[in-house]
Amino acid sequence: MTETRIDRRFAALAAEGRAGLITFVTAGDPDLDTSARILAELPAAGADIIELGMPFTDPMADGPVIQAGNQRALAAGTTLPKILDMVRRFREQDGETPIVLMGYYNPIHKYRVPRFLADAKAAGVDGLIVVDLPPEEDGELCEPALAAGLNFIRLATPTTDDRRLPAVLRNTSGFVYYVSVAGITGTKSATAEATRDAVARLKRHTTLPVGVGFGIKTAEQAAAVARHADAAVVGSALVGLLGGAGTADERADRLLGLVRELSRAVKEARR
Amino acid sequence: MTEIVNSFRTGPDERGHFGIFGGRYVAETLMPLILEVEKAYAAAKADPEFQREFDYYARHYIGRPSPLYFAERLTAHFARNGKGPKLYFKRDELNHTGSHKINNCLGQALLARRMGKPRIIAETGAGQHGVAVATVCALFNLPCTVYMGAVDVARQAPNVFRMKLLGAEVRPVTSGSSTLKDAMNEALRDWVANVEDTYYIIGTVAGPHPYPAMVRDFQSVIGNEARAQMLEAEGRLPDSLVACIGGGSNAMGLFHPFLDDREVAIYGVEAAGLGIETGKHAASLTGGEPGVLHGNRTYLLQDEDGQIIEAHSISAGLDYPGIGPEHAWLKETGRVTYVSATDDEALEAFQLCARLEGIIPALEPAHALAHVIRMAPTLPDGHIVLMNMCGRGDKDVFSVAERLGVTL
Repeated sequence: MTETRIDRRFAALAAEGRAGLITFVTAGDPDLDTSARILAELPAAGADIIELGMPFTDPMADGPVIQAGNQRALAAGTTLPKILDMVRRFREQDGETPIVLMGYYNPIHKYRVPRFLADAKAAGVDGLIVVDLPPEEDGELCEPALAAGLNFIRLATPTTDDRRLPAVLRNTSGFVYYVSVAGITGTKSATAEATRDAVARLKRHTTLPVGVGFGIKTAEQAAAVARHADAAVVGSALVGLLGGAGTADERADRLLGLVRELSRAVKEARR
Repeated sequence: MTEIVNSFRTGPDERGHFGIFGGRYVAETLMPLILEVEKAYAAAKADPEFQREFDYYARHYIGRPSPLYFAERLTAHFARNGKGPKLYFKRDELNHTGSHKINNCLGQALLARRMGKPRIIAETGAGQHGVAVATVCALFNLPCTVYMGAVDVARQAPNVFRMKLLGAEVRPVTSGSSTLKDAMNEALRDWVANVEDTYYIIGTVAGPHPYPAMVRDFQSVIGNEARAQMLEAEGRLPDSLVACIGGGSNAMGLFHPFLDDREVAIYGVEAAGLGIETGKHAASLTGGEPGVLHGNRTYLLQDEDGQIIEAHSISAGLDYPGIGPEHAWLKETGRVTYVSATDDEALEAFQLCARLEGIIPALEPAHALAHVIRMAPTLPDGHIVLMNMCGRGDKDVFSVAERLGVTL
């Protein structure tokens, strides 16, 4: 595969000697216009990589906070074409910040894989995380995505033992997303020691950058992860703010405020 | 799209595919556990002791074999000039707990015990599967949590209470649309968070491999018995099989042992709700299209953006927007004919069966009977129809009374 924006971003972070901040928001949450504004302002607020959720009616791996975000986005009329359009408009302003689409397989399956890959690539998407496509089903999307020049980022989990890890890593590119707890998003948090050991274990198996997510809610937790991992992923803590009180813009402001706070913590973690 | 198939009974392949359907579309956290279940089930299946255990409880606890019953008065009802088709019921509604669900729960609870998993979870819609799970968990002293959509908790109060009496914890699910599919999502979320000690008893022939094949195997006791019973009663195989389909476990259990008997016509009856054309139905094969949900590729009710649509049926047990992947494959190969029956047709059949046979059927098999009623006038004399009476209707008397405008 040729170098992608994700590869370049991690190389730049390594050169700076710091970890990155990966932020997750659901496209269309709380509505399409506010979501586009959030997307546009995330890089300046400190997001090094943006994970953009594709809402689904049945987000099986997500906790209540992100489930609610999915429902808000769907109620606001979010569809895959509108998400790709949002990415296209973002790319007109920002040619550098990587965008990873994250979601479940059925909406992609319905859109048709070849069409999805062509349209996503053309819109400026850099990578995909599809929760319900394990390596056993690589022929579905992973292999075609790699052929289309999109990174396919796999999740490794506490239940992925050393015997299984090579299969999980085989077609992974861009980075490895380590799910630090066995569970759904936004619930339990791993200890700093457990995360450190897990990252060390992954590093024995791969030269890819390792991003760690699930249960990272505060600047302190993000900083703790950023000391060992190549990136900290924060999702539920941000999405939760979009479900709070106030106007859509006020909620978006709070989200961007937390991103700035997380970004400072991540940048200072290794100093 | 019709494939050339030598046998319809060899699936799935080693990766859990029936043609293009089935598979293992789950989050990585669950994959190692799914592989463990697959391995444990393969070992159990090859172990005569496991089969012996299953047979023991099937006989002494469930009450198997269930009778094959010649439905004399319905047959007379269908007769033209004293002749016509003959109708038989496979009486799985006589099982302990009142439906076929217990067959599968027994098998999976025995497997969980073999695997040393001390905690059971399950999803339920109408509550029949939940009650069956709670029952086997009481029997084997396994703590059990049943996820049930909040909407279903409200409309199936007697089954909720039964589960509690049996010692199960019932957790109402308020996410999504608060029905069966959301209960399944919530059970999967629980499983992801409790992989070490928990076993998930899926209630139908859906979910990631090996569940569709495993649940089918446990339910095949229905078809295996019925095949032998029919040979004894009539000296030959039936001409037609009919069963209702939600997820499709009772149908798969009846059909599978007959799939390679090409002379036997097979009909699966989905719930057409208010009518396929209204969009308010649960007929995934008739009114849906292929997609991926709950761990497998199969026919789904979905909109143009691939979002899952709520199913609708008077029968809560058929109210699921997907269907077992093996049924999707049997549709595409043409081996099984899939049809549908509306709420109204099922209600008619429900009442007719009660009056003529003294059997109050569950609303689910009432859909199967509705199709039998529809096909009977077209069938030649002596044509033998075998229908799976997969559940009894005690649980449905309240909702039927309401539909008929009767206040209890």
